[in-house]
Parts: sequence; structure tokens; C-alpha cells
Amino acid sequence: MSWRARREGISGKPGPRHMGSVMNAERRNLISQGLLLAFGLIGPFLFPHYIQQITLLWIMVLFALTWDAMGGQMGYNSLGNIFFFGAGMYICAVTQIMVAGYDVGEYTSAFGAIHVDISDGQYFAGLFLGLAVAAVGCVFLAIILGRIFFGLRGPYFAIGTLGIALAAGELIGAWDWVGGGSGISLPLYPAEADFFPGSGDDESMFFYTLALIAAVATFLFYQWLYSTRFGLAVNAIRDDEEKAEGMGIHTLRYKTVAWASSAFFMAIAGGIHGNIIHFIEPLEVAFPTVTFGIFMVAMALLGGKGTLWGPVIGAILFHVIKEVTWTHLLGWQWIALGMIIIVNVVFFQQGILGWMKERWPEAFGVTVEGAPAQGSETGGGSN
Amino acid sequence: MSGKKLIEVNGVSKSYGGVVANSNISLDVEDGKITGLIGPNGSGKTTLFNSIVGYHPIDEGSIKFEGEEISKLRVQQIARRGLLRTFQQTRIYGKMNCVDNMLISIPHRKHGFFDMFGTNGKADRDKAEHLLEFVGLYSKRYLPSGDLSFGQQKLLEFAMALMNEPKVLLLDEPTAGINPTLINGLIDRLKRANTDFGITLLVIEHNMRVIMNMADKVYCLAHGEMLSSGSPDVVQNDQRVIDAYLGAH
Ligand SMILES: Nc1ncnc2c1ncn2[C@@H]1O[C@H](COP(=O)(O)OP(=O)(O)OP(=O)(O)O)[C@@H](O)[C@H]1O
Ligand SMILES: [Mg+2]
Repeated sequence: MSWRARREGISGKPGPRHMGSVMNAERRNLISQGLLLAFGLIGPFLFPHYIQQITLLWIMVLFALTWDAMGGQMGYNSLGNIFFFGAGMYICAVTQIMVAGYDVGEYTSAFGAIHVDISDGQYFAGLFLGLAVAAVGCVFLAIILGRIFFGLRGPYFAIGTLGIALAAGELIGAWDWVGGGSGISLPLYPAEADFFPGSGDDESMFFYTLALIAAVATFLFYQWLYSTRFGLAVNAIRDDEEKAEGMGIHTLRYKTVAWASSAFFMAIAGGIHGNIIHFIEPLEVAFPTVTFGIFMVAMALLGGKGTLWGPVIGAILFHVIKEVTWTHLLGWQWIALGMIIIVNVVFFQQGILGWMKERWPEAFGVTVEGAPAQGSETGGGSN
Repeated sequence: MSGKKLIEVNGVSKSYGGVVANSNISLDVEDGKITGLIGPNGSGKTTLFNSIVGYHPIDEGSIKFEGEEISKLRVQQIARRGLLRTFQQTRIYGKMNCVDNMLISIPHRKHGFFDMFGTNGKADRDKAEHLLEFVGLYSKRYLPSGDLSFGQQKLLEFAMALMNEPKVLLLDEPTAGINPTLINGLIDRLKRANTDFGITLLVIEHNMRVIMNMADKVYCLAHGEMLSSGSPDVVQNDQRVIDAYLGAH
């Protein structure tokens, strides 16, 4: 290849205007991260009565980010990602019971009558081991399911994955070893644990911290992942998978990693959520297909799918509106959420970030050299 | 004298239901040469491309690339061996900008599992920008490629193929939709891809001037069968070819 020999007159660097907007974007990103993390750290102290809601907020952020890795970045609209939440929740619970030294079948058939008598060390060992086993287990489940379901495209993939989540709820409900439809009560948080002296509610603070760490880790992981070749490859799969195959891209590998990464974080979220609720059962808690399962899609679409920050913004907005309507508009909350979704998909499908990108393309690095950049011609006037 | 044969198609047939799109087709592509493939609309040219690159299983026959049978391999495996095609209905990654389209088109031949998480080095970026300059899209490189005109998208797809460093490139009507005044420039670029980058070309073309100007050897299909082959002059003056084209209109 002699392309190198004849590159006279071409600067290999991005033009100055593009560099500028890239730097701005980086600064915006850092500032947003700083603000959000600051809220994460002081939020529970500012709003101690809302700690449960803020905990759930971080889980929602995690939901939207992991859904978007598949649906937004790669164009595989999974309606079944909640499966990994429930599977992770159950795997974590079973591991915790085993670490506590009980036989799972006996434990579940006692319907919570067994008073779990374990040391603090055993509790936390069980919890963290449970989260780890759940995460790894769900990665394997995603790899296996990927082999079967990545043959499906478009609506078939969406419905196929929805089927996984629905079937899992029913199967667990019929499986007595894990408590069937009556569920499992989880070991209780040790009464004497005091990681957050003076907080008054150590358990809430503990799980809040876990949820915050999980959400931040998810964000940082995807931020890194999208900056690698992976980001370009899954976008290529989204835009034209047949073309990507024709160019020799290892599409199945990329798709599997995308789903496995979703599954990993969803499983951890499930493990944490199960322990916050204490009592897990298949339909409402572990595999809530029509609530959390749909919320994660709605949040990613609202903020702007296929972007890093879109799902975060969408999750925050959606969750705040949901909680506010839940407390102040009781009875109307579903209508309010429905309206948000309808306005979103009818009037601005690109979501909040997508809309901003159309409005101010230059700020997002969309530039033409030698011609006035888009937007700067028209931006000064009436709009 | 005859050089090394990179692609050897032997007795290939392909039907879609009752439609026989290719019947007992044989064709050779010589290393380092430009081979032309012509024929009236619906004569089976694109079908033959699809068979070569593994888009569909063939009914009969054999397809060899560098002496090895490839007719049972999947699209990606064939692409990674260095046999690439462009599409008649241009295909690019529309929501990604031109640079990103180029960067993800690097050769995936030697990629192991962890290369998925690699980043593109300066060499790749330079090469991407150089090739965008080569096809005249440098100033548009940060635009979403879906916003380019059809002709520009065709040029981008061509640049993406070059980025992949293929051994053979199958081009399906590279000049369709390109402004006639720019066609000479495109012919020049195709020839340079062949001479400077050492890429062997198999080109489907309807524009006779283009094919006669470029090709070392030309094959002509009609009704799914091989009608004629030889040097451009011979094929152009073959009465059966003239009849096929006139009869088709
Ligand atoms: N996927 C398909 N399913 C059914 N029939 C097909 C399919 N693809 C092509 N054909 C048929 O096969 C025949 C050959 O089509 P092909 O696309 O190979 O022609 P072509 O020579 O590339 O024509 P053109 O110059 O118009 O591009 C046509 O009769 C066409 O209708
Ligand atoms: Mg064709």
C-alpha cells in the first residue's frame, strides 16, 4: 500500500474548529459528571427522607444505560433485558442462603419462618459473593441466549426477548426449590452494622452506596467502551448489519459482548434491589416486564438513544416525574407517564440530546470545512 | 501469458425459486488485473457477485479464491480473506460520520477478541483522512454520511473498501449515479486503486465507455448465461453481445 507516500498537502489532524468543539464536549462531559457525582454524594444528606427514591434513581440510570448499549448503540431493541435483573436477583438470593449455611429447598419451603442466624461477616460475604455470582452467571446466560436470539432482527428480536422475560417469570413461579410463586425472604441486614455512624438508617445508606457505585461503574464502563473500536462497531451494526458483515466485522462477537455487559450490570442491580426489598417473588419484584422492563426503554428514548448521556438524562427526568406524580397526582400517575412517552415518540423521537444535536450540530462536532458550519448562519436570528 | 488466477468461478448456477439467475457460469479474475462484467438488466451480474462473496449458497459449481474453495464459507470469513464487494444500492453507515465509517472499515483479518477494545491509532486516522481526500470527501469528513448525496455516498463506500486493504474488490456499478463530468475522475481513481494500491478489480458496469477504457478482460452475461468473453474490443464487437443489448431495450 502506498497511500502513505502520497499524502502531500493533507493535514492529518482534525481542523481547528472541530478540535474546539471536541474540547468543549469533553469539558461539558466532565462538568456534568462532577455535578452528578456531587449530587450522588450529598443527595442523601440533603434529602434524607427521599433516600429510597434516590437509590431507585441510580438503579434507573443503570437500567437506561444498559438498555441503550443494546437498543440505542447497536439497534437491537431488547424488551427482555429485565430478565437479567430477575435472574441476577434470584442467583444472588440463592447464593446468600447457601453462604448462610442453609439448604435452599428447606429454607424456601419454610416461607420465611426460618430466622436466619448469621454473623455480620457471613451476611456481607454472602451479599458480595451473591452479587458476583449473579453478574458472572448472567454473563453466561447472555452468551447462551445470544447464540439463539441474535439470529432474529427488528421486531422479532424485541418480541423474542420479551418472551424470555415473561417465560422466566412463569418458570420461576413454578419452581418450588426457589420458593415458586410465594418467593424468598432474604437474610436481614445486621442490626449492629454501623458503616455510616449517625445516619440513623445504616441499611438504607449502605444500599444507597451500592446503587450509586453500580450506576457510576456502569457509566464509566460504557464511557470507556464507546471510546474504543467497540463503539464504532456496534454503531455500524445498528446502521447496516449486512454491510458490517460484508466488511468482515466480527458481528456476533460484538453483539455478544454488548448483551453480556448489559446482563452483568443488570444482574448486580437485581441483586441490590432484591436486598432492598427483602422479599423477592417472580412477577412483581424480579421480572417486572411492564414497569421497569418498559421504563428502561422509555427513559433511553426520552433522553436520546444512542448517546452516553441521553439515557442518564432520560432516567433522571423520567424518575423525578414518576415520583412526583406518584405522590401528588395519585391515580393519574400512569396517565402522566403515558403522556411523556407519547409526546416523546410523536414529537421528538430523537430525544432530548438528539434534539440538541440537531439544534446545535457544531457543538457536537458536526462540521464542514471551507463552508460556514451548519447552524452558525441561522443561529443568530429569531429562533 | 496468463498470470495467477485469484478468483476461479466454475460451473456456478443459482436460481431464485423458478428464476434461473445464473446458469453454469465460469469466470476467472487474474491477479493484478481489472476484469469487467457486463450484461443487460436482470442478466444475473449482481447474483454472481452475491455468490462469490457468500451472500447466499450456490446451487451448483465451485468458487475458488487463491486456489481455495470458498463457496461454503460465510460472508465475514470471505471478507476477512481479502475479498470485498461494494453494493449496487450503496451501503454505508448512515448515522456515523465519514471518518468513523472509515475507521471501522480497517481490515478485521487478524483481529483477536481483545482487538474489540482497541483504539484506532494515528496511522489509521491518517490513512482514513488520506483516503477521504483521495475520493474528494475530506472537507465533509465530520458530516453524518447519511447526509451526503448519493454519488458522494458511492465514493465513500469505495474509500471504505480501500481502507479494508482487500486483495480483490468487486464493484457493482461504481459509476451509476455519478455526474458524467466526474466519471473521468472516478475512472482515474479506480485505475489508481489497481495500480498504486495493487488491488485486483472485478467491475460490473453498464457504461461501455468506462469498461472499455479500464478493463483488461470483459465477460458478458445475458439471461443468466455467459454469452461472450475476451478483450474489450472482441466483446464489444461480438454480434451476440450487440444483439443482447439491443434486444434488451
Ligand atoms: N433475491 C432475489 N429473489 C428473487 N429473484 C431475484 C433475487 N435477486 C435477483 N433476482 C432475479 O434474478 C435475476 C438476475 O438479477 P440480478 O440482480 O443478478 O441482475 P443484474 O444483472 O445485476 O441486473 P441489473 O443490471 O439491473 O443490476 C433477475 O431476474 C432478478 O429478478
Ligand atoms: Mg445488479
